[in-house]
Amino acid sequence: MSTVSWITARGLLGRRRFLLLFPLPVLLILLAVLSRALGVDPGEWGPPVLVGLGLAVVLPVIALIVGTGVLGAEIDDGTVVHLLTKPLPRWQIVLPKLAVAAGVTAVTVAVPLYVAGVLASSVRVGLALAAAASIGALAYCAFFLALSLVTRRPVLLGLVYVLIWEGLLGNFVSGTKVLSIQQYVIALADRFAPTELLGTDVSVPVAAVMSTLIAVGFTALAVDRLRSFSVAGETS
Amino acid sequence: MSVTSVEPRSTSAPTGSRLDLAGVSRWYGNVVAVNDVSMILGPGVTGLLGPNGAGKTTLLHMMAGFLAPSRGAVTLDGAPTWRNPEVYRRLGLVSEREAVHTFLTAYEFVLASARLHQLPDPAEAARRAIALVELEGAQSRRIGTYSKGMRQRARVAAALVHDPQVLLLDEPFNGMDPRQRLHMMDLLHRLGGAGRTILFSSHILEEVEQLSGTVQVMVAGRLAASGDFRTIRRLMTNRPHVFAVRSTDDRALAVALMAEPSVTGVELGQAGLTVRVSDYGAFTRVLPKVAPARGIRVRQLVPEDESLESVFSYLVEA
Repeated sequence: MSTVSWITARGLLGRRRFLLLFPLPVLLILLAVLSRALGVDPGEWGPPVLVGLGLAVVLPVIALIVGTGVLGAEIDDGTVVHLLTKPLPRWQIVLPKLAVAAGVTAVTVAVPLYVAGVLASSVRVGLALAAAASIGALAYCAFFLALSLVTRRPVLLGLVYVLIWEGLLGNFVSGTKVLSIQQYVIALADRFAPTELLGTDVSVPVAAVMSTLIAVGFTALAVDRLRSFSVAGETS
Repeated sequence: MSVTSVEPRSTSAPTGSRLDLAGVSRWYGNVVAVNDVSMILGPGVTGLLGPNGAGKTTLLHMMAGFLAPSRGAVTLDGAPTWRNPEVYRRLGLVSEREAVHTFLTAYEFVLASARLHQLPDPAEAARRAIALVELEGAQSRRIGTYSKGMRQRARVAAALVHDPQVLLLDEPFNGMDPRQRLHMMDLLHRLGGAGRTILFSSHILEEVEQLSGTVQVMVAGRLAASGDFRTIRRLMTNRPHVFAVRSTDDRALAVALMAEPSVTGVELGQAGLTVRVSDYGAFTRVLPKVAPARGIRVRQLVPEDESLESVFSYLVEA
């Protein structure tokens, strides 16, 4: 494990902010278990729980917390200077941090989605959801990590993207779905394990290409922004 | 407490790096933070002196490659410091902001720095750097439990772990107790003596006086004075002074003082006299003689502009 990822993991898991990661996945599992125990038809509770909660809320919100945290927290408290005064090419800082962020997000989201998927349908659907969510975790984290270098308010802007763009506009203006990571994840999961529980208008090739583009493009942007990272001047 | 016999590690690298600032300016919108500063920093300890808000931190950030100059260039041995992480092989920075990974111990923190520098023997380098700042006793405690001075030393150790040719420190003595301050001064002295280029900023005259022979004085974004400290100190003490004087007979005292060569002007006001003086020492010797000779008792003598800012702004005009 590289030193950068070691410090990143220590910083991420050592802060109290880390506890924020648990309520949503627990809620997802609870709802799935409850629905199953009460004998509700999976066709009824599957889409709202798996997609409405799991892919539309849990995945992007966890990715938002983690993705903006791996570098953003260090920028906020100034410790990023210790990392930047090292003779490291900046990609050697961005990539380990992205790996930690995507890894932590994937594990936190994939496990409850797998459980919910198994309860709603089959092991195959559970695995498909987990795999697609992991790809989504990478794309979301790359996006949010870059956001934390581009703006001083990455969490706010990230929330606007998740809630307004993906959540609200996606329902009314179908064109926005082409630029929605959530839709790519649904399309990919449906491709891995075709099920009537998941439905989207975005085609699988579009989803695959766009996910890759977002992950690579925003990572490149983050590397470039970190190269010209300026320490804010004293305000006093 | 062990005797500080730890010497900076000597390397085969050529000693004596040169930090070169050529016409460097930095502005934020309409606000000019640093205005056309040129200087060359060579081996030894240099103090960057100036009142708060003079642009010292902005200048240091540009030197350290954390800010692009709006105009001009900062180069370390010919290579630009901006967008060039390679300079950190030869440059260390201790920023003013007290930012440390509080969840790490000092040893872990310094060791992580050594690893990030890809040093051949990180553990040994970390031990050496921690010994240099005398933090061995507390090295396995989390930095979160440290006092301000100890945190500062942990950060200095991290900045020194790769034995840089150039070390930049922004207000390194803030929050240190007198013993820590002496120790830090001694450390910087030894590093400077060993051919390292050390630059530290401070707004406290005495710190700079004790530590460095060469100073760069910044006022309001400009380089106001530069060179030997004693020369600048003389300029500072010989500058015109203004005193507020109240006495039993202000008018008579004004007449008497105007006859003195050390006095360049007297103003008679409601609240007493404002006396402008060209020679501080001569005036303070003359006043106690002149007044009693005329039967005048001086009730109050207050120097009016002893603030550091006024000292500095005088230097700008000189």
